[in-house]
Amino acid sequence: MQPIVSIKNLCKTYKSGHQALKNINLDIQDGEIIALLGPNGAGKTTLISAICGIISTTSGSVTVNGYDTVKQYRKTRGLIGLVPQELTLGAFEKVQSTMAFSRGLFGKKPNTAYLEQLLKDLSLWEKRDAALMMLSGGMKRRVLIGKALAHEPRVLFLDEPTAGVDVELRKDMWKLVSKLRDSGVTIILTTHYIEEAEEIADRVGVINNGELLLVEDKAHLMDKLGRKQLCIELRQSVSEIPDSLSSYQLELSDSGTHLTYTYDVKSTRTGITSLLQAVNAAGLQLKDLQTSQSSLEEIFVNLVSEDQAQ
Amino acid sequence: MNWQAISVIYKSEMLRTWNTLLQSIASPVISTCLYFVVFGSAIGSRIETVGAVNGEGGVSYGAFIVPGLMMLSLLTQSISNASFGIYFPKFTGTIYELLSAPISFFEVVLGYVGAAATKSFIIGVIILLTAGFFVDLKIAHPFWMMGFFILTCITFSLFGFIIGIWADSFEKLQLIPLLVITPLVFLGGSFYTIDMLPPLWQKISLFNPVLYLISGFRWSFFEVSDVGHELSLAIVILFLTLCMGIVWWMFKTGYKLRQ
Ligand SMILES: Nc1ncnc2c1ncn2[C@@H]1O[C@H](COP(=O)(O)OP(=O)(O)OP(=O)(O)O)[C@@H](O)[C@H]1O
Ligand SMILES: [Mg+2]
Repeated sequence: MQPIVSIKNLCKTYKSGHQALKNINLDIQDGEIIALLGPNGAGKTTLISAICGIISTTSGSVTVNGYDTVKQYRKTRGLIGLVPQELTLGAFEKVQSTMAFSRGLFGKKPNTAYLEQLLKDLSLWEKRDAALMMLSGGMKRRVLIGKALAHEPRVLFLDEPTAGVDVELRKDMWKLVSKLRDSGVTIILTTHYIEEAEEIADRVGVINNGELLLVEDKAHLMDKLGRKQLCIELRQSVSEIPDSLSSYQLELSDSGTHLTYTYDVKSTRTGITSLLQAVNAAGLQLKDLQTSQSSLEEIFVNLVSEDQAQ
Repeated sequence: MNWQAISVIYKSEMLRTWNTLLQSIASPVISTCLYFVVFGSAIGSRIETVGAVNGEGGVSYGAFIVPGLMMLSLLTQSISNASFGIYFPKFTGTIYELLSAPISFFEVVLGYVGAAATKSFIIGVIILLTAGFFVDLKIAHPFWMMGFFILTCITFSLFGFIIGIWADSFEKLQLIPLLVITPLVFLGGSFYTIDMLPPLWQKISLFNPVLYLISGFRWSFFEVSDVGHELSLAIVILFLTLCMGIVWWMFKTGYKLRQ
């Protein structure tokens, strides 16, 4: 299947001389949710801006649904909706009219029924006649989403949609995103919240210093880089690990009551069963067992610090 | 053409005018009235008719200043409306939407400049009607008058649009209207014909493009002019072409809009 967005050798050097994107290659499939993770200044917003036509590119190309974003910008931009990172809204316009404005700007005929439904979905129906400057930050964020969706785009870019949004609203946003996905919209979002990527994305891309370090299936990424740990709590403390357990490379806590076993989730045989038998055989009594998995956050931090070290 | 986009830009710009109705419309009316009280009545009553040949014909001073007053408002209003219209989205950041929408720069210009020109046109008509209360107005060449009127609205709205894109602060936005346009209009014969000036200043005045504009516009009313009306028209069209050229270049290069 042809990717909905295809980025080829994309580079961007700002006038200041700063190279914000270095040879980015990425194909985004129709209907998927992809999360772009990266520290401040990594180039996430720059990448989105280049695709949407807000900034010019230095070299490389981007196609959306097979159309070139520069030569056939009318076709590509019509397919795209963008929620910017900053809360950029006018002051005096009304919620409903600013959404109608956005729809018109993208060349669509007015459709009050669609806008009404959209306002309701975003819990903005009560506020439809409020002036934009009278809204709270979270409401403004939702108005921006409404504006981006007003022309029924097939691809939605969300640049940090949940920055500065409370937990409740963030959950709502996640629900909205999965509802959009169900209706067939492809979603590209950037975020600093790793749990957000973990929660809603199908694939995760990590950007640092203008380079796309990796793009992986989320589950695959966690498998590949994720390690699991089994923590064994003992009834009595031991001063050292018994020789019979040396092949498991256990770590003993300072208190002598906790043994930690690290294993690879990929391998078919984790060795847990034999470890537990060996622990028993060594005469140690178990008090409790606990497993933990490294989160996307740890994976991410590791990746970026490795990249920095190079 | 993305007509929907042009139409929503045009309408929202006109709505902005509507929301600031008092400021948009009352202020030119009030200032016109003031000019009439001061120049037309207080000073004008001591000035003889202008443009009389051997004591025959000519127009009263009050009527004489009407075209100049209209031009003064048309120029300042066109520039301030159009420059504000496009500067504001740049200032608030909502320009991202214009840049990411499937519209050409030409369509953006049509929407913003069209709205600014319409607004200036309305203000011009209001001033004309207000002036009609104070003096007897006759328009000798209505078609020429409309031609100058409309061309001025469009040309200077376009000029304002260019300033709005160029400006990156509110100060710069006001700089050109204040430092360039107002002096040019006042020195361009809004309130006098240049033969009232000493010879040297008459020569210098001929380098002021606004002089041609006012002269041609005044001719269309009273057939009194400093320079030929065809030359006036040519100068307006030249300036219009120049502005279109600059806008086209801005569009090509993404000047100050697309980094
Ligand atoms: N207009 C500009 N001119 C020059 N440099 C810029 C410009 N915009 C961004 N940059 C630089 O490009 C780099 C990438 O910025 P970008 O906004 O894409 O980062 P980001 O990943 O979105 O960061 P954040 O998470 O903070 O939003 C940064 O170093 C930034 O300073
Ligand atoms: Mg950003």
